[in-house]
Amino acid sequence: MISNTTLMTQKKIEDWDLVLLPQKKLFDLQLIKVWRYRDLLMLLVRRDFVSFYKQTILGPLWFFIQPLVTTITFTVIFGRLAGISTDGLPQPLFYMAGITTWNYFSDSLTKTSTVFRDNAGIFGKVYFPRLIMPLSIVVSNLIKFGIQLLLLIIMMAYFKLNGSSFSPTIYILLFPILILLMAGQGLGLGLIITAMTNKYRDLAFLVLFGVQLLMYATPVIYPLSTVSEKYRWIVSLNPMTTIVETSRLGLLGQGYFSWLNFTYTVVITMAILFAGSVIFNRVEKSFIDKV
Amino acid sequence: MNTAIKIENLSKAYQIGQFGTGTISHDINRWWALWRGKEDPYLKLGETNDRSTKGTSDIVWSLKDINLEVEQGTAVGIIGKNGAGKSTLLKILSQVTTPTTGSLKVRGRIASLLEVGTGFHPELTGRENIFLNGAILGMRKSEIKSKFDEIVDFSGVERYIDTPVKRYSSGMYVRLAFAVAAHLESEILIVDEVLAVGDAEFQKKCMGKMGDVSKEQGRTILFVSHNMQMVSALCPQSIMLKNGEIIAKGLTSDIINTYLNPDTSDVTLTLNDFRPSGGKQIRIESIKIDNPLNSLDYYQPVTLQIEVRSLMKRKMENLNFSFGLNDLRDRPVCNSCTSDSFSIEPDGLVKIRLTIDKNKHLMPGKYKVALNLIEGYQFGGIYESKDMIYGFPVIEIRPTESIDGYADSYRWNQGWGSILFNNHIEVTPL
Repeated sequence: MISNTTLMTQKKIEDWDLVLLPQKKLFDLQLIKVWRYRDLLMLLVRRDFVSFYKQTILGPLWFFIQPLVTTITFTVIFGRLAGISTDGLPQPLFYMAGITTWNYFSDSLTKTSTVFRDNAGIFGKVYFPRLIMPLSIVVSNLIKFGIQLLLLIIMMAYFKLNGSSFSPTIYILLFPILILLMAGQGLGLGLIITAMTNKYRDLAFLVLFGVQLLMYATPVIYPLSTVSEKYRWIVSLNPMTTIVETSRLGLLGQGYFSWLNFTYTVVITMAILFAGSVIFNRVEKSFIDKV
Repeated sequence: MNTAIKIENLSKAYQIGQFGTGTISHDINRWWALWRGKEDPYLKLGETNDRSTKGTSDIVWSLKDINLEVEQGTAVGIIGKNGAGKSTLLKILSQVTTPTTGSLKVRGRIASLLEVGTGFHPELTGRENIFLNGAILGMRKSEIKSKFDEIVDFSGVERYIDTPVKRYSSGMYVRLAFAVAAHLESEILIVDEVLAVGDAEFQKKCMGKMGDVSKEQGRTILFVSHNMQMVSALCPQSIMLKNGEIIAKGLTSDIINTYLNPDTSDVTLTLNDFRPSGGKQIRIESIKIDNPLNSLDYYQPVTLQIEVRSLMKRKMENLNFSFGLNDLRDRPVCNSCTSDSFSIEPDGLVKIRLTIDKNKHLMPGKYKVALNLIEGYQFGGIYESKDMIYGFPVIEIRPTESIDGYADSYRWNQGWGSILFNNHIEVTPL
């Protein structure tokens, strides 16, 4: 049997377009190939979007209904009945801002975490860089997030006209970075989970309620300021905390921000994303034998 | 000529059975071994993939030491029984899965059609799906756009192009899907039995398209099919896989013959050649054809020596054989039942000679013997069959010198069917 080193030298001499060997390099993410398939990415996003509302009466309106109903529920239960503080902000706005950002993260995470299982049919028949699929999910959700953000802005305008006192702050400039961070976390965690659920289905169940529980560990329905000083750092360990708080601070003028937490979040997100891509890449090639 | 595909020592192992709770400890062991640069402790070399026999480990080698070089611009057929490793080979070539050992090198872009319509979304229209499917297969959007009209034209579903594909008939679906794939611009095309669907006209169209692709555009094709006619029409060269190994390479016509003919040099057939159906109480021990070469001269009687062993505790009476011949593609040619029945004592062994009168209607060529043992059949009476056993040894009927003037007709007819058409057709000027 020819050893791998001789194969590599042969490749140089013979100039093959594709060489497949059993073991793949750990850090070869094939980002060039992903770029080559960018049209597929856009078409998949389009597919998600178009197929979402086909044969429905309300069509794209469904994108609004879900966050609206959730906001109303939260306002009634957590705002009115439980009386949890909203830092002086109008309750619907407070919840809406939290839900919109949280949903983007959790949708990206849950959808990405089943990407192997959902696409086993396609993955078993055609080759394309597998990373395209999770990326398309994150981008699809980004569009949905954009639409829901629009709803939030409309609501903000409505409350402003009715005399509520809140105002956006300079931190709104961080918003694009926050979106990237959310996308990175959702994608990275999703990739890790999907790579592992491929073999251990147990994780899929864990994710289902794990994400729900995680929401309560994130200041979505309560502001970080209500958490006592002693425990605040624990909540801040959750990288989503900074994102939700900072986005609220930017949009509505109330929230907690520190550069230390922000840097921490950036570093953690990068780490998650990196780990996710490497693990995903590792599993990608052989997953079809183990589905 | 350049080599388009080069496969060296390629093997692929699969774990069979259940993935369960035991896998996590296996995984840790495996990781540890691989981490230290050792071989996977759970892969034992040497286990063949024979689906019908029980193996000793959970690992099965669906491909073993495959070495193959394919020249640019040739069409190669891959044939073999179910489970021979054909699809696994194509899957590795299409990069859907990786080899366990060995390497694969490819020059040019590969497009694989392991299935038509991969990624079709039922809610999307034909138009939208053309773009989506094309992109999944690796085409750029601009490429699809420039070929869009051609694709629609080839598929012949223009009228429905803006209808969601869930409303398509299955034929239309396949037509559209194949049309997209057929317009891929890749140097290598891998096709796995996707043509089994679609009507005859469309199949012909696809075959034509693939023929063009290989002959005129100089692209390489690997084609898997159980349809020997398609393989021989498309591929001048073929390989045959058996239990994960390449057992024959060469001209397609030769390979097809090897595939369709079991080894005919064995005169005595063993029990393995017979499949019991119904019960297993009675077994055919062996069949001998009264000729060392398993071949008979044309116009000679066929004589079979058969040993039948009974495993019953009772005497079996009214046993009959039905004897038939099938051609090598398993199309029945003739069938008849013995006129005299026989019986077997409990645990008994009976030797029988079955003689079929000299034939003058069968074309020289190879035939499979289809033998059924029937209990309870009475000639001219009620048909009730039990414990049928049948097997397919092959006999060859060789052409001989003229007998009663028939030789001329079969020579003239050679290769045109199984039955000798003896009528003289006269042309008379009116």
